[in-house]
Amino acid sequence: MAAETPTMQVVAEPRREAGMPTPMVGMLLFIASEVMFFGGLFAAYFNSRADHAAEWGPPGGHELEAWPLATILTIILVTSSFTIQFGINAIRRGDQRKLRMWVGLTLLLGVVFLLGQLYDYSTLGFGIGDGIFGTTFYTLTGFHGAHVFGGAVGMTILFARASQGQFSAKNHVAVEAISIYWHFVDVVWIALYFTLYWLK
Amino acid sequence: MATTTLTPEARAYNRSWVLDWLTTVDHKKIGIMYIVNSFLFFFLAGILALVIRTELAVPGLQFLDDATYNETFTMHGTIMIFLFVVPMLAGFGNYIVPLEIGAPDMAFPRINALSFWFLPLGGLMILSGYLFGGAAAEGWTGYAPLSEAKYAAGAGTDLWIIGLVMVGTASILGSVNFIATIFKMRAPGMTLLRMPIFAWTILVTATLILLATPVLTAGLIALFIDRNYGGSFFDPAAGGDPILWQHIFWFFGHPEVYIVILPAMGIASEIIPVFSRKPLFGYRAFVFATITIGLLSFSVWAHHMFASGQVFLPFFTFMSALIGVPTGVKVFNWLATMWRGSIILATPMLFAIGFVAMFVIGGISGVILASAAVDFHLHDTYFVVAHLHYVFFGGSVFGIFAATYFWFPKMTGKRLNEKLGKLHFWIHFVGFNLAFFPMHSLGITGMPRRIADYDPTNTGWIILNSLETVGAFLIAISVLPFLVNVVATLINGEKVGDDPWEGNTLEWATSSPPPSYNFEKLPPIHSERPVFDLRHRHDAERLAAQGAEASH
Repeated sequence: MAAETPTMQVVAEPRREAGMPTPMVGMLLFIASEVMFFGGLFAAYFNSRADHAAEWGPPGGHELEAWPLATILTIILVTSSFTIQFGINAIRRGDQRKLRMWVGLTLLLGVVFLLGQLYDYSTLGFGIGDGIFGTTFYTLTGFHGAHVFGGAVGMTILFARASQGQFSAKNHVAVEAISIYWHFVDVVWIALYFTLYWLK
Repeated sequence: MATTTLTPEARAYNRSWVLDWLTTVDHKKIGIMYIVNSFLFFFLAGILALVIRTELAVPGLQFLDDATYNETFTMHGTIMIFLFVVPMLAGFGNYIVPLEIGAPDMAFPRINALSFWFLPLGGLMILSGYLFGGAAAEGWTGYAPLSEAKYAAGAGTDLWIIGLVMVGTASILGSVNFIATIFKMRAPGMTLLRMPIFAWTILVTATLILLATPVLTAGLIALFIDRNYGGSFFDPAAGGDPILWQHIFWFFGHPEVYIVILPAMGIASEIIPVFSRKPLFGYRAFVFATITIGLLSFSVWAHHMFASGQVFLPFFTFMSALIGVPTGVKVFNWLATMWRGSIILATPMLFAIGFVAMFVIGGISGVILASAAVDFHLHDTYFVVAHLHYVFFGGSVFGIFAATYFWFPKMTGKRLNEKLGKLHFWIHFVGFNLAFFPMHSLGITGMPRRIADYDPTNTGWIILNSLETVGAFLIAISVLPFLVNVVATLINGEKVGDDPWEGNTLEWATSSPPPSYNFEKLPPIHSERPVFDLRHRHDAERLAAQGAEASH
């Protein structure tokens, strides 16, 4: 019987963690699935737009303006990608106080973005049920907003954990993982911004 | 990862048996819960299949009306695919893959538990449509605009959407877990090309789930928005595009076909070498064929849409035929493995051979359907029903039963009774072919699928349909010896030791059932058959002395 043979080796050696930490692998895989999710929504958008190429635009004489609100919100969200990266640089040096500050600022920018988006929704004058343009616009921006909200929840957890001093220069994989998700959500917004507001 | 060395003395705090299973994060217990849960849904969806076959045994509407019939085949298809075949294979993956790669557990045990618990919840959500004015009735493909609120007003379709999103999310989280486990937790010495084939097929399957399922989720949410918030994605009357739904669904749906067949191929590739007493013929060819199928599976989806007139026929015909090539490679792998082997016809091997034979029939009818010219004639006929059942049932379900008989001794320490097992196999095999082979003829002669009634003057159809109904009941009867076998073996079965089949892969190097930490010791890993190498280590040492690859 194989299990009793003397040539078996004891698995006492701790397995070495080579390469990327496992939680980071998990987050990247999850982001890959998110890319496909937004890919599906973008495909729906472009398909609908191609079906209605001649009359594409907001219904009933409403306008979708890139300036000022959408552009300002874009700048806010892009800025937040920088602030979280400064936070990572801080904790890589072991600076917990700076980490907390940058995570807090990122969270704040995210919340401002969401509030700005809600305000934008309230002024647009058309809804999700007003034709195919409204449907795709609100679905895409709404799901992006939901992802920003998810990221903001993550930032809140990071902020709480950072406040308790749970991260160090060696041990901060959660910060790295949440930040890469935040960057991803940011990139989706940049794609949305140019697709919805600029693409003619 | 924690570096604590587990010892047999290390015990969790005491919990009641029920609480222990409800809160477990052990991949083996989760795997068994997956398997039990999937069998329950299998029996449920099987009863729905009997309802369908009973209604179709003779022409006329006997005890179902059209609407109920639509609900029945929709629930049958949805439950069988999303709550039986996919989670069942994921369950075996959960139990076996960490053992096969010499890992103590999955990479994310708590996410693993979450993935499992989404399944019964999602399944009950889908079925709960029956309590709220009727279940979804648009077929498992949920084609729009049929599934739009105008034509399917009830809550059943909304519950179907929510349930599928839950089940899909479970699959996505599960696939993240499988991929991270396989890339990060293999035992020292287990390179990717020494990894057991089943782990390989699970890796490719998980990648397909990871990339295909989110697209379905996006489509389902779009459909939900259409139905509930006045959206107009898929409704042509509101400026939407029903073909868009077909594209989104099948962009997911065709990889889904490989999601359900690749792990079954992996199971056959574990079992056939063990019971032929030979290594798998062409291990590397098999691995690359699996990867090739995974890649090609994203470029064939529109062959489900030939009849829509909206897709580029030559491309999708060519790609669909092309995917037959790596699939054919695998069939030769299995045949050449058995060729001149010392074949032992134990029950797992019978089911594995049954898998190969039935899958070949399903594969051939698939290549026939891949031809757009032929498909225009056969689209939406019983020929398609025959094809998909030869792949799903003849393929995946035979693989599932092969795996059940093969790994039951690993999970319980007891071997299922061989006589009952063979009885199960033969009734199952005869019943299956009786139920589904005549559908080829029905389809070619034009009987449409998803119709509750058919021409009462067509005696040829009546005979074939009656035969199919007999076959369906034979399949149901074949499950009885299986259930008796499982119960009797659990109560009364003889202990058969840790490695009753003389297996090849690492799961046979630990006790049966394995301890919660899986391995105290691992054999050295120099090939894809470390336990075989250990059993024949003197041969390996001789080879090593000659400078072969087995040197360390």
